[in-house]
Amino acid sequence: MSDSAVLAAPISGPVPRIALVGNPNCGKTALFNALTGARQKVANYPGVTVERKVGELLSPAGARVQLIDLPGTYSLRARSPDEEVTRDVVLGRFEHESPPDVMVCVADATNLRLHLRLVLELKKLGRPIILALNMMDVAEARGCRVDASALSAALGVPVVPTVAIKRTGVVGLLDQIDRSMMVMAGDGPPAPCGWSEPSARDLRAYHQEVEAVLAAALRDAGKPSLATQRIDAALLHPAIGLPFLFLVLFLMFQAVFAWAALPMDMIDGALGWVQAAAGAALPDGMLKSLITDGIIAGVGSVVIFLPQILVLFLFILILESTGYMARAAFLLDRLMGGVGLHGRAFIPLLSSFACAVPGIMAARTIENRADRLATIMIAPLMTCSARLPVYTLIIAAFVPERTVAGGMIGLQGLVMFTLYAAGILSALAVAFVLKRTIFKGAREPLLMELPAYRLPSPRDILIGLLERARIFLARAGTVIFAIMILLWFLGTFPGAPDGATGPAIDYSFAGMLGHALAPLLAPIGFTWQIAIALVPGMAAREVAVAALGTVYALSETGDALSGSLSGVLAADWSLPTALSLLAWFVFAPQCVSTLSVVKRETNSWFWMLVMIAYMTLLAYGAAFVTFRLSSALLGG
Amino acid sequence: MTAPLSGSVSSPVARMTPGPAPGTSADPPPRFEGCRLGTLRKGQRAVVTGLDESAVATPLPPGELERRMIEMGLIEGARVEILHEGFPGSDPLAVRIDDHTLALRRAEAHAVLVALG
Repeated sequence: MSDSAVLAAPISGPVPRIALVGNPNCGKTALFNALTGARQKVANYPGVTVERKVGELLSPAGARVQLIDLPGTYSLRARSPDEEVTRDVVLGRFEHESPPDVMVCVADATNLRLHLRLVLELKKLGRPIILALNMMDVAEARGCRVDASALSAALGVPVVPTVAIKRTGVVGLLDQIDRSMMVMAGDGPPAPCGWSEPSARDLRAYHQEVEAVLAAALRDAGKPSLATQRIDAALLHPAIGLPFLFLVLFLMFQAVFAWAALPMDMIDGALGWVQAAAGAALPDGMLKSLITDGIIAGVGSVVIFLPQILVLFLFILILESTGYMARAAFLLDRLMGGVGLHGRAFIPLLSSFACAVPGIMAARTIENRADRLATIMIAPLMTCSARLPVYTLIIAAFVPERTVAGGMIGLQGLVMFTLYAAGILSALAVAFVLKRTIFKGAREPLLMELPAYRLPSPRDILIGLLERARIFLARAGTVIFAIMILLWFLGTFPGAPDGATGPAIDYSFAGMLGHALAPLLAPIGFTWQIAIALVPGMAAREVAVAALGTVYALSETGDALSGSLSGVLAADWSLPTALSLLAWFVFAPQCVSTLSVVKRETNSWFWMLVMIAYMTLLAYGAAFVTFRLSSALLGG
Repeated sequence: MTAPLSGSVSSPVARMTPGPAPGTSADPPPRFEGCRLGTLRKGQRAVVTGLDESAVATPLPPGELERRMIEMGLIEGARVEILHEGFPGSDPLAVRIDDHTLALRRAEAHAVLVALG
């Protein structure tokens, strides 16, 4: 079954829908990847399993099937907005969606005692279920022997053993999907839903049933993962755990610089070549200016940061898929508790280093509303990858490329680390204030599984990275593209009057806007070019860099264009101005997508407005202090 | 499975039920003289004998903490072992429960009644 054949197949009648349901850490996402490959669509922004992912596949019988990956849950008794999605989909409570035709329940074969209860709950729905008995390889390695046919008999559902990360058992699962759909078609309407929210008494009864099933099907319980115990003995050690975690984070930020340098140079070279070629091929005039100064300079200055964003996501994906992320939450729970945050807030906050949008969405896994709101409010203070272009640009222009501490640490990386640290510390401070004022109350309990360590599958990491690259490039190709054209228009019209002495942009709409804002921003040392760039920067922070690129490209005359943007900035700005802008972007009044997701996730304009107000205030204050202090110290 | 549970899982303490606990004297708050998971130290093993969330301050509605704990495998008869303690304050705990490992805070672990062994 080739990709193109699947995608080109005509839509005829309703496509059968299959939902993947399972506990967190059961390998559900890996199974989804194994079944659909890269043929998956992620609605909006992906957290690991926060958003609903949909993929398509052809069953062996030739039926087109839609596969839905649902957020992991321990129970249909949803406790968080994330788990509510799962519950509502399987119960058919979503308005424009019929319930899934077949549910594939994924369970970790090494952890059936915990995972089988969900199967029993799903059985109550009266719809066809298939149990994918995942991680069979790990189970075997630990001497855990499960009799799949006995399990199937005891549960009364078909059982298919799988090893999702090695794509073993996928064919068997597809065959079973076909059989289940056929049985379903012959059965007529499904049995009425017999599920109701279980009480503690019902849960104990489920648990007893699980024990009975295990007595019939579990031949040998095997031993717990020795490797996991040994690794945890070191990584959760009171003296080693936290230093190791900070080392990992430090290496991550160093790698963002070091590993991305070469591909970024290559993209830079390619862009320069395209710009030159387009400039040579096109006749002088408006069109040439639009294409070279507007589109290529603008979009190009954002695309160049793709390598850094991918390196960052690579680390996050690896930390998540190895199981270390839960350890990080464990290690930080007590420290974060000091400012009133839940250990689980670590995952949304770390995701926010990539982008605040998936981070804020990942806060759905926090059940308590006050804890969740506090996490959402500080998530944009984590330095998202969209700020990276701004930092990189200014650091490249103003921080010399040399090493300190005997050649061990790059100075540029160190400055970058400081900026990230400033974001984290201010986030903790804000959380501290919030939890003592608006969000008073006891913390939500911590009940979090620490999954066995696992080697990540390169294929799954690659699929995850491709997804991120696709989303980033789609943004560069749509939102940023449109803004760049608008900005070029504002920066070009109306043209300079005859006999004008300054650069043309001075007389344009953008120039007028920048000059109007300039007095407001002068106390913090911003030039009018920065003032212009900040306006589109509201759409997305990285656009500020693209905007600077466009503004300077349009304001330079003739051959000055050939210099790189950082070179232009180094010549044009004072050091206090650069530092002030860095301080501004640590707090950077948030981008429109962050604000809209805050509005959506909190279901309130109020929290969105609070966020705008407090972040703008912090940004202005920090930039003011930085500018005044550095001006005084540097004698500027 | 909708059949009512046969009284096999009688926990040694009454849960959120008002009135005297069955089989004990008439004093309303049933006393439990055994051990609580939250008092164990690293390396200690025990068996869960019951859940008593009344001992814990929680923002959750009554009965919710108990249900979550059961869902995470903390149920009568489960074998537990303290694998790791967090820092500082030896909190939270990493507890092996039968086949899996759970992180929870000492404060909430006080809701789990255990018998050392």
